[in-house]
Amino acid sequence: MRNLDWSAVVHAWPFLWQGLQTSFVLVALAMAGGILLGTMIAIVRLSASRPIAVVAAGYVNGLRSVPLIMVIFWFYLLVPLFIGRPVGAFTSALIAFTLFEAAYYSEIMRAGINGISRGQMAAALAIGMSRMQAYRYVVLPQALRRMTPILLTQSIALFQDSSLVYVIGLHDFMTSVGIVANREARLIEFYLFAALVYFAICFSASRVVKRLQRRMAAA
Amino acid sequence: MQYRWNWNVLFVEPYFGWLLAGVTWTLLVAGAAWIVALAIGCAVGVLSTLPSRICRAIASAYVDVFRNIPLLLQLFLWYFVLPELLPAGFGLWVKRDLPMPEYWFSVAGLGCFTAARIAEQVRAGIESIGVGQRMAAAAMGFTTAQTYRYILLPLAARNVLPPLTSEALNIIKNSSLALTIGVLELTGQSRQIEANTFQGIEALTAATIIYVMLTLCVIVGMRVVERRVAIPGTLGRG
Repeated sequence: MRNLDWSAVVHAWPFLWQGLQTSFVLVALAMAGGILLGTMIAIVRLSASRPIAVVAAGYVNGLRSVPLIMVIFWFYLLVPLFIGRPVGAFTSALIAFTLFEAAYYSEIMRAGINGISRGQMAAALAIGMSRMQAYRYVVLPQALRRMTPILLTQSIALFQDSSLVYVIGLHDFMTSVGIVANREARLIEFYLFAALVYFAICFSASRVVKRLQRRMAAA
Repeated sequence: MQYRWNWNVLFVEPYFGWLLAGVTWTLLVAGAAWIVALAIGCAVGVLSTLPSRICRAIASAYVDVFRNIPLLLQLFLWYFVLPELLPAGFGLWVKRDLPMPEYWFSVAGLGCFTAARIAEQVRAGIESIGVGQRMAAAAMGFTTAQTYRYILLPLAARNVLPPLTSEALNIIKNSSLALTIGVLELTGQSRQIEANTFQGIEALTAATIIYVMLTLCVIVGMRVVERRVAIPGTLGRG
């Protein structure tokens, strides 16, 4: 075993930090868009007319049965074709992650909505709310609140999955680590360091979620 | 949108053969990793429910480490870092003489990653049985090993079946990450066809359809289960 030299990691930190920021921005945007779109899909599946609900279900099941890497490649190929000019890796990755995660978030939201008792919906309709109003003011606030821990857990998974943009060369944290590790020929130090960073972020985030879950269970 | 379609490319040699080879490697990676994952996952899952504090600590450390590092990075750690950290002679053998190292390391990496998730399912499956069964077994004079063998594990296995199905689905999809360390499985082959023919859409479509076929049966099965366990009186279409 050779001697480990961590000074290269310290030296490369500004570059890696930029990559980490890209990862955070990508995850935050994909999470916001994914939850929004996912909630709409969940509502469509539960209350739209049958053909539309079937389309929505097909969307969710289709995306859930394809590997994320595949989806990333798809959008990397298709987005420039449709727009007609090259867009950056970031744009195509963001679109891919938003649409992909929407399928997973929609399953969570569907479970959340399903968990609300039928009486709530019936009561909202009985006092003259439209279906949309019933969702907006009665069902969704409760479902979102109840599902917050699971949505956050899914978002931690999303953060880990964001490392897959490595395959299209977007300079997120993982790609940056790979670039510097190969340039400095210090694979061991850089990959171990990256593992430590990912572990620290995901572990502490999942601890926070666990605490939130306990507090909600107690309330 | 300017694109020259050519679906024939999928059905001529060598590309058709590449797709077949891709499916084969996907199944080989996913299948072998599934065996590793089941073995380690069940062991760690059982450890995390044992009375011994040390056993539980080991199990929870395993799950924390393997669940909080991205799978892609785990594969890199197995493939690039581990051989350097092994004892000199063994490390040299791995680097020089081990046939298809990328295959074995992706099986190990994918297996250990999935094992952490299965361990959580197994633990949940055992814990959901409730403490009464365990106490009853103890009262009848069962040892801990007997309690697990005759009472807890048979019950837990039934609880764990649905989540295991979904993990089997995940392992097929996650096996696509093996391409990053050089296994030419289905996704990798479709990328190779794209690079050789510039027919990206056709190549990706073929791979996507194959993935969907591989996993669709599992999803349909899950739906049936989901409907059967829905709680009456909720908004779910039970």
